[in-house]
Amino acid sequence: MPDHPYAALIEQLSGDLRPVRRLAAPWRRTVVWCGAVLWVAAIIALFADFGPLWHRLMAAPDMMLAFAGAALTAVLAALAAFMTSVPGRSAWWAALPLPGLAVWLSAGTAGCLRTEAIGWTQPEAPMHPMACIYFIVLVSAPLSGLLMWQILRACPLRPALTASLAGLASAGAAATILAMIHPFDATYTDLLAHLAAVGVVVMAVRFAGRKAVRK
Amino acid sequence: MTETTDGALSALMAASQAGNRRAYQALLRAAAPVAAATARRMGVKPDRVDDVVQDVLLTVHRARATYDPMRPFLPWLRAIAQRRAIDLLRSQFRTAAREVADDNAYLNHPGAEPDADAGLDRADQARLLADAIALLPPGQRQAVELLALREQSLEAAAGLTGRSKVALKVNLHRAIQALRTRLVEGGDA
Repeated sequence: MPDHPYAALIEQLSGDLRPVRRLAAPWRRTVVWCGAVLWVAAIIALFADFGPLWHRLMAAPDMMLAFAGAALTAVLAALAAFMTSVPGRSAWWAALPLPGLAVWLSAGTAGCLRTEAIGWTQPEAPMHPMACIYFIVLVSAPLSGLLMWQILRACPLRPALTASLAGLASAGAAATILAMIHPFDATYTDLLAHLAAVGVVVMAVRFAGRKAVRK
Repeated sequence: MTETTDGALSALMAASQAGNRRAYQALLRAAAPVAAATARRMGVKPDRVDDVVQDVLLTVHRARATYDPMRPFLPWLRAIAQRRAIDLLRSQFRTAAREVADDNAYLNHPGAEPDADAGLDRADQARLLADAIALLPPGQRQAVELLALREQSLEAAAGLTGRSKVALKVNLHRAIQALRTRLVEGGDA
């Protein structure tokens, strides 16, 4: 290979070329990750009382919407993370979870307004908001670890954006699972605690994921 | 580049994913000018375009599993080239913002070569010592030259000079006292 400007580098790169297994399509990887989330949810569901949960969801449509919004945010954010991890895909995929996020936040806010107007249906324990934060952060950790491990097989050219989406997906999944065992009605402190936990998870995964990708 | 070119490159990439070395070399040779053109279009200076192209080729190597042969190849390659160009431009901006030129640091930095002044000082000291030895009385000068400068034994020096060992010791001692007075204290011995 004479006289090519990058002949030495090309020779080095092609020298030990091995066949590679093509990366699965983003939607397939999303399904795998959602399967892991369902597995975690199934374990935690062993401690849930689905009777009262169904009764609360039926009695408060905003809770049902917030539950659905969090789940939708998790799925769409995961898909967006996998999409943006592949070169050549538009960065506009990052906007995919926004509708789910809008439903989640607006339904959560509506629930708080309902609680203020009607009064608490069940008094909240003093340390409950902190327990919500701990739950979301702790459940998000393995879910975001799995998601980032899947993403590292790709080549995310915007590591901060992709890692942020991964954090949002994990936090949304954790908040959805939390709703199964959340014994109290939604209050402003609940909403703020959930938002804080989501923010912590997003920033932590963004920071750690960006460093991991750049290694 | 035409659809035919993109199709050809896509086929080369698919073959490379299967481990075809020749196809991979042909692909990388074809990818280099595309990467260079993208880097120039993004505003990378001509002297840094090579850096971007090498980064792009390394990234193509690392990310080849992510390419889907059902999709066009050039958008995939250009996305990589654009990001690597942006990374370089950001790196240059950060470096320019943090580092400042200090021309005086180059002047004040000690070099690896021996100091020329130290050599001159040693030459001056040797000349002063030689001049001081020359001013000594003959017996003392002889004792210094044989015992201190030539490092001969007392017995050999006594045989050369015909003086006793005791006389040579006394002359050496007086010579050292005189040289100390002249060179260190600045007086006449």
